[in-house]
Formats: sequence, C-alpha cells, structure tokens
Amino acid sequence: MQFTVNGQRREVDVDIRTSLLDLLREHLALTGSKKGCDHGQCGACTVLVNGRRINSCLSLAVMHQDDEIVTVEGLGDPERLHPMQAAFVAHDGYQCGYCTPGQICSAVGMLGEVAAGWGSHVSPDLAAPELSTEEIAERMSGNVCRCAAYPNIRAAIAEVAEDGGLEAAPEPRRQEALA
Amino acid sequence: MRLFQYERAATPEAAVADCLAEDARFIAGGTNLLDLMKLQIETPAKLVDISRLDLGAIEEAEDGGLLIGALVPNSDLAADPRIVARYEVLARALLAGASGQLRNKATTGGNLLQRTRCYYFYDRHTPCNKREPGSGCSAIGGENRILAVLGTSEHCIATHPSDMAVAMRALDATVVTLKRDGDRRRIPLGDFYRLPGDTPQIETVLEPGELITHVALPPAVDGARHVYRKVRDRASYAFALVSVAGVVRMDQGRIAAAQLAFGGLAPMPWRNAEVEAALVGQEPSPALFERAADILLADARGQGSNDFKIPLARRTLAATLRELTEAR
Repeated sequence: MQFTVNGQRREVDVDIRTSLLDLLREHLALTGSKKGCDHGQCGACTVLVNGRRINSCLSLAVMHQDDEIVTVEGLGDPERLHPMQAAFVAHDGYQCGYCTPGQICSAVGMLGEVAAGWGSHVSPDLAAPELSTEEIAERMSGNVCRCAAYPNIRAAIAEVAEDGGLEAAPEPRRQEALA
Repeated sequence: MRLFQYERAATPEAAVADCLAEDARFIAGGTNLLDLMKLQIETPAKLVDISRLDLGAIEEAEDGGLLIGALVPNSDLAADPRIVARYEVLARALLAGASGQLRNKATTGGNLLQRTRCYYFYDRHTPCNKREPGSGCSAIGGENRILAVLGTSEHCIATHPSDMAVAMRALDATVVTLKRDGDRRRIPLGDFYRLPGDTPQIETVLEPGELITHVALPPAVDGARHVYRKVRDRASYAFALVSVAGVVRMDQGRIAAAQLAFGGLAPMPWRNAEVEAALVGQEPSPALFERAADILLADARGQGSNDFKIPLARRTLAATLRELTEAR
C-alpha cells in the first residue's frame, strides 16, 4: 500500500485490517499519535487527513491511500514548532503529555473549521459563529485529558486563534473533494 | 478483528454488485462499523468501500427540498448554509452528536444505520438478542438506565443512538436506495426502521445489499421555528437520554403546524401523530404541553433504572414546546 504522510510518499506492506493509527505507529515509526482507547472515544489518535481532524484508530489504512495524512510530527519539529505546539508549551497545556499530540492536531483542525464558518452546538447563531472559551471547550470535547489540563489547553488554543492562527490552519476538505 | 476481503467500488451499481454475500458490508466513514469489528460484534467476510463514490453532494431537489448524498459527512451537512437556513433542527441535531473528529468522518447514510450503544450489545460475554438472536435480553432486569421506554419488546429494549435521524424524522425525510436488481426505492424515514418485536437483529427494512444513495428532505415549512433539545449525562460528546426535535409554525398566537420527533426513548426515532394533532390549532399553555406529554407517554414503560426517562421526557417536551411557541 502507498501513503502520503507528512508530505512524504511511503510504501509499506501491511495487513488489510491495519488501522490508520497502527500504520503510523507500528509501520511508519510515527509514534506521536497515541493509542488511548482505540475506539474513538479519547481523541489521542487524532490526525489530519486532507486537512480534517479524524480519529485514526477508527480508520482503515487501506481506505486512506489517496489522502494527505498529517501527524503531529508533520506540524513542526523541536527546532521549528508549529504555533499550536509553541502555545501548548507556553501555556503548559499538558501534564503527562499523552493526549497532547491528539489535542494539538485536533486544535489545528478545529481552528480550520472555525475559519470555514462552521457553527457548533453552543453557537447562538450557526451562520456566524465566534470563538469563545465555551466554544473551544465544546469543539474540543472529542479530546479527553485525564490530567484535566483543560484550562491551559483552552488558553493555548485561544492564543493561537487570537494571533491569527485561523489562517495558518489547513483548509478543511469540502465535500467536492470526496467525489 | 476477523480477516475480511476488501474492495473499493467505483460506482453505486458496482457497489451493490460487490455486496452480494449475506456477510458483506458497505463501509464509508466506518466510525461505528470498525468499532464493532474490533470487538467482533460485526464480523463481515467482505467490506465494500463506498467512500469514493460520487455521493458527496447536497443538491436542490425539484420539489423545493434538498437531496443529500449518502456520503456527505455529518460536519458538512451541519455547516451547509441551506441546512442552517432552512432546516436548522437538522444542523442542531448533528452538532449535538458525537465529536468534531467523528462528525468529519461519519456519513449521512452511515449515521442512519449506526447500532445501539446498549451495554449488553457491546459485551460479547452476555446474552443479547440483537447480537445473537435467541440468546435472551440481559438489559431487561439488568443495567438499563440508557435504554428505551417506548416501542420495546420482551426481546429487546435497545435505543437507536442517532441525533441526526431524530431531526430527519421530524422533517419527514425520505431514504433513497439502490437495490441489487438495479431498482431504486424511496422509503419514508417513518417506514425505514423496524421495531424489535421478536427479531431485534433486523433494524431496518433495507434488503441485503441495498445501498442508501441519498436522503431527501421535503420543502422546509415556511416561517417555522426549529429546536433540537438534547438531555445527556455530559454537556458534550454523550448520547441522548432524551432528545426532542421540533418544528413548529405559529399563527396569531396558536400552533398552526407541529412536527415532533424524539430520541433516547425508543428503538427508532420516535414520532406520534396524535401528539402533534393535539397541539395544532391550540394556544400554547403548560396544560396543553402536559396533555401532549400524556399522549406521547401513555404506553411508556420503564425497566427500573430507566424509569426516570418518563418524567424527563415529559419535562423535555414541555421545555421544547415552550421554546418553540413563546413570543419573541
């Protein structure tokens, strides 16, 4: 099977049952994405596929051979942190760090969704959503932090949003790309 | 996970031709199916990948409604300006369900077909008539706090988990399918799901290998107010204990039209025409809302730890009707 991960073309021979998460961790040595629950409940495995955040544990690798996959390793590296990574460091947006790669990928995808004008469950007006603390909490509810570093995670995301991180986020894939 | 054959279908016709065997399944988003396959609750011999079919558009229908492709992700459907402007109850229901990640992957067709989250359905070490027909129902007399109070049978008290389907039921949506023989069917959502009876493993009227291609929404009700109210254990990312999808049009202080559907109460998105008939033509009042709840819940039966859903449904209906009818 062939994949495009963090801009690189990769070719591997894997079992048809391999999840996208196991492909990344076990076959491509990209262990940033974490396996928490393996059932789509915790969000630690969140990656960006064509700019959209998804749970890589609930995805078959074989179904993503034509997609652009970005993991936390593809967002930045220790010398050149992505603004979201830098903000998590600045705001101490973690304790044990296990959920952090998923939180960061999810937050990057989420800001792209806000930039695209998507409303949320807590938006009073779905046609004109504005990012607030409550909005960040609702939109990030698919990422669980067992250390409950939530206040600092929200602060980190809010800072990136205020600094114009909306434009920095990749465009979410619109439906025509599915066709 | 059990081994399976995998094929990617190029067209809907090829997909139904590929999905011939009884133990073959279509896969699109896969967020529910893969979860169940990991637990070996679903053990398909073959997966037919329909995710690249050209069914990802939302189009204006000739009758003034919308035709939603089965592969439109839940996120896109909720964000579509036409859905937000004309069918807000559907956008609200979608956004009340799952998480941002799941909504990006889950599709319109798949959402309709997701399976119950009954604890015993998920636990292969306990009897469950839905998972293993004839083995018994562990939820009756067991842990049933999240389970159904309407439409149940002595064989199954599972609830349907979807929020989206509840709003679509209130909106009189129609499921459009492609059958193996090439025939297309239009199935009103009200006829799409089956009550458990003595075959709880059969949840819809779909035939083996029948593919959902679209969901059709009829023209929106002009001047109607839309509300989706969901009560759950957490503020976000939790299934409904009780939910109400309501579309109500007022005229000179009276209820001129009412469409109401309920989630969390039954094995399917629940609707009761008598509830709506009791409301139409009336001035809203607490007494009227109580009467509507009496009709809705006349046959409701708790199983012990889910008894609370009956008064909760009564209050949620009243609160939803207040929001739908109050002067602004």
